[in-house]
Amino acid sequence: MTTRTTAQSARAGAPARRRALLPGRAGHAFVAGYTILLIAFGIVPTGYAIYFAFTNDGGTFTGLSNFTDAASDFRYLPAIGHIALYLVCWLVSLVVFVVGLSLLLHRLGARPVGKVLRFVYYIPGALAGAASVMVWLFMLDPAVSPVSFVLRAFGFDTFTQVIAPGHLPVLMTVIAFWTGAGGWIVVMYGALNNIPHEILEAARMDGAKAWQTARRIQIPLLRKWIVYMVILAFAGGTQLFVEPELLSQASNGMAGRDYSPNQLSYDFAFQNNNVNTAAAISVELLLLGLVVAAVFVARSGFFDAD
Amino acid sequence: MIRPRPANPLRANPFPAILLVVFLLFFVVPVLWLVLAATKTDDQLVHGAPLSFGSWHALSANWHALTGYQDDAIFLWLRNSALYSFLSLVITIAVAIPAGYALAMTEFRGRRTLLIATLTVMLMPSATLVVPLFLEINAVHLIGSMWSIILPYSFYPFGVFMAYIYFSTALPGDLLDAARIDGCTEFGVFRRVALPLAAPVTALVGFFSFVANWTNYFLPYVMLPENDQLPVQVGLGTLLSNVPQFNPTAGTSAVERPELALATLLAISPVLAVFLFSQRFLVAGMLAGATKS
Repeated sequence: MTTRTTAQSARAGAPARRRALLPGRAGHAFVAGYTILLIAFGIVPTGYAIYFAFTNDGGTFTGLSNFTDAASDFRYLPAIGHIALYLVCWLVSLVVFVVGLSLLLHRLGARPVGKVLRFVYYIPGALAGAASVMVWLFMLDPAVSPVSFVLRAFGFDTFTQVIAPGHLPVLMTVIAFWTGAGGWIVVMYGALNNIPHEILEAARMDGAKAWQTARRIQIPLLRKWIVYMVILAFAGGTQLFVEPELLSQASNGMAGRDYSPNQLSYDFAFQNNNVNTAAAISVELLLLGLVVAAVFVARSGFFDAD
Repeated sequence: MIRPRPANPLRANPFPAILLVVFLLFFVVPVLWLVLAATKTDDQLVHGAPLSFGSWHALSANWHALTGYQDDAIFLWLRNSALYSFLSLVITIAVAIPAGYALAMTEFRGRRTLLIATLTVMLMPSATLVVPLFLEINAVHLIGSMWSIILPYSFYPFGVFMAYIYFSTALPGDLLDAARIDGCTEFGVFRRVALPLAAPVTALVGFFSFVANWTNYFLPYVMLPENDQLPVQVGLGTLLSNVPQFNPTAGTSAVERPELALATLLAISPVLAVFLFSQRFLVAGMLAGATKS
């Protein structure tokens, strides 16, 4: 589509007699459809879950007792410790490698090799949930893995050694990165494409090296996207569920069971039929996510309309 | 747009190329293994070389075993997934792109509230929302209807935020003002200026919403009790639980692992096709030269 032509014809074709409507009213019309869905499938269920967290199964208000029930479970504190370690590995690797790889892919530009790499990096993103259980069961077992030489180089000869408790944060980061990074690379690559070519050209004329261009121009202009990724990756990390569940399935429960607070919440809801304590754990995770989001939003001007 | 190509930027310093190749292997080796697994017998899968080709014969045997599972159930699952994902995708794009645009480019009462509510809801662990959603859908008697998952899927805050960030970082306000001064209504500005420039973000939102719907397991698992309504992800879960190695209590209709590998490949191929299709719209320099600043 020739976008510039469309913009020009919009400019030339319209009769110049009417003033713009008050943007205020038009804004509401634009968001109406979304607002309805947001209320029905976002706000109402979230409100419902918060209500669960403060009541018992009879619907009586119980104050914080669901929260203290959850906290006194023997699996609770270890689960918090697990995700704290996992978050460090996950956030650092995600931000560094996603931004780094996107910048490198962007330098390759429209070359076919760049297109192929973006596609291949993305493929694991399509393998969600059940689809990847088998892949990881085989990848991490030195007896049948195509990368058994890598596992052996680390000194692991059996599946049990690979999934030793100390390795889990790194293993889960690897699995989560394998499925999740490609999508963010697509997003960042798209965002890099929206940086006007003139700016990069000007930097090049001024003698900026690739690294300086990235640090002084591209990364600052990606700020909103990176903040968005960090907020979601942090919340997603605290809600770690699929990866430990997958390891637990693959190892017949040897590793990864009740590893994260979200698994614990799931167990409460669906094994013990205790929706209320489950909701209390989720509300805690929500609060944690909101605090981190608030810090990033406030410091980055994320909500400012430009 | 033709630009002079500088010499290959990765040639001077080998480090970036090495990094790209290392990550290429990291992403591709497990996938390659999965593709090859579909060509093997279960015995070859365990005892053969991990990255070897099995045989065409085994591939065809796996194909027949898979399609024989509950009389072509796999195709029914794929059809269901396509229907649910596509309908939700259409609604998502129709509501998310205008919403993202308004949040980014206009000021209106409740704008900040809407942004905060969207972000809050996105940060809520989604597994927790399933029970309230079930109660809500049950209250309007939609359990078992395909709308019980299509409507919740259509609510895609992630996409609204992507549209919001795209418009607020990539669309110059000057361009909209120019159109307004020339007499465009607010809807005219959106339809004639913003929308034609929104192709990259529409492709992004459409793609990610399609994938999210296609790979969602939990919601259809809860909402759709009938066997012939299952989407392919839930179907894969059924297959997985019939593999004796993963579930020692699997019954007589045992599924072998290479069949599961083949089913997985079938299940992901539409996602990859949609990726390749939408990638064409993520082109560079959409807005180059739009304003003179």
